[in-house]
Amino acid sequence: MKLTLVDYGAGNLPSVERAFERLGAPTCRATRGEDLAGAEAIVLPGVGHFGALARALACNDLGPVLRMALERGVPMLGICLGLQALFESSEEAPAEAGLGWIPGVVRPLPANVKLPHMGWNRLRRVHPSRLLAGIPEDAWFYFAHSYGASEGGETTVAVCDYGESFAAVIERDRLAAVQFHPEKSGESGSAVLRNFLELAR
Amino acid sequence: MSLARRIIPCLDTDGESVVKGVQFRGLRRQGDPAEFAARYDREGADEIVVLDIAASRDRRPTFLETIRRVANSLSIPLTAGGGIRTLDDARAVVSAGADKVTVNTAAVERPELLAELAAEFGSQAVVLAIDARRSESGWQVWTRGAREPAGLDVVAWAIEGARQGAGEILLTSIDRDGTRSGFDLELTAAVSGAVGVPVIASGGAETPQHFREVFEEGRADAALAASIFHENLVPIAGLKRFLAGCGVTVRQLSGAQRC
Repeated sequence: MKLTLVDYGAGNLPSVERAFERLGAPTCRATRGEDLAGAEAIVLPGVGHFGALARALACNDLGPVLRMALERGVPMLGICLGLQALFESSEEAPAEAGLGWIPGVVRPLPANVKLPHMGWNRLRRVHPSRLLAGIPEDAWFYFAHSYGASEGGETTVAVCDYGESFAAVIERDRLAAVQFHPEKSGESGSAVLRNFLELAR
Repeated sequence: MSLARRIIPCLDTDGESVVKGVQFRGLRRQGDPAEFAARYDREGADEIVVLDIAASRDRRPTFLETIRRVANSLSIPLTAGGGIRTLDDARAVVSAGADKVTVNTAAVERPELLAELAAEFGSQAVVLAIDARRSESGWQVWTRGAREPAGLDVVAWAIEGARQGAGEILLTSIDRDGTRSGFDLELTAAVSGAVGVPVIASGGAETPQHFREVFEEGRADAALAASIFHENLVPIAGLKRFLAGCGVTVRQLSGAQRC
């Protein structure tokens, strides 16, 4: 299976690549839309600023090509900022448009807790999840973010409670996304990536 | 809210090898950072910090290679620092595989560096390291490997650092460092209560009780130590069992990995 990571110049790609390699799934990188040709599964990793990601998606023809891949049913996994990018926009960069595949706006987490939300937290499952299949309910995942999406509706299959509830896992058909970093989440994160490879097959 | 308090082993290196030394004197080589890191990952550490305490320009490529090797051995986050003075220095460290960078002296000299780092990597990747020494009126910031007073109040500098863009404070008590007499709880609580970002307490840990105190009384979000982990005086899995038994929320490995 050709597994392609979207490289928009800011994400920590090596750790995602290593995590997939450990599972026996080598990856390649795409910096422009044309690099996504032939991708059989796509990972949109992400750290950094929503604005930087939105601009990269807009200027290298990545956005339209990702949209076509989505419509063809190519399995996709968004990670952290890659989850937020699926929404219409983010208050982190109000002038920039997200991919808009899921209705709603990404907003700052509430100020009554320490931010960034940094460290290991648990999930609360609200719908059956393929990404979390076989993973214990009390498993820990590593988060590092200050913004969250609370408007995912039915597509949100697991939430995390930190100050308020936000989407931790999103699934819709062959589109999946996680707010935490599976590539940094030890054995439980590795199980999530394994489940993604499984659903991509 | 179930965010776990974090346990962070710190690998002080000379760029290449884990070293132990009190106040930068009598450095003694202890082993391969990548091997230590992999062991801590297996034992349930929540993150790893690797520092180049020599931070000499000539040895920079060696340290970057060390970061690469450590990152390759990990399935948990990695923070790297020591001698990071510019955005380019930080880029090299992040490209080598670090998830976060720590800055200390360079941020004191030019606080905007924190804003520049946050703009490029996001606040979650920017750790402001503060070395604190008690004074008559609170705590003073020391720089250059804790050898020079910076003329700054620790709490005020932590607030300013977070305002500039630091997403975390790594707070070391110089007075306690190496003494194994426990974390400086008062210092940690003062900083943790003053800033809206997580605080990592460092300096003085010897016993599991010290960690309990720094989480409960010191209000630390994470606690860092070096030699007690290297020498296996406090095994991480056992430390976490102890903390969980005291009601502190910690991440424990599940299933077969649980000791």
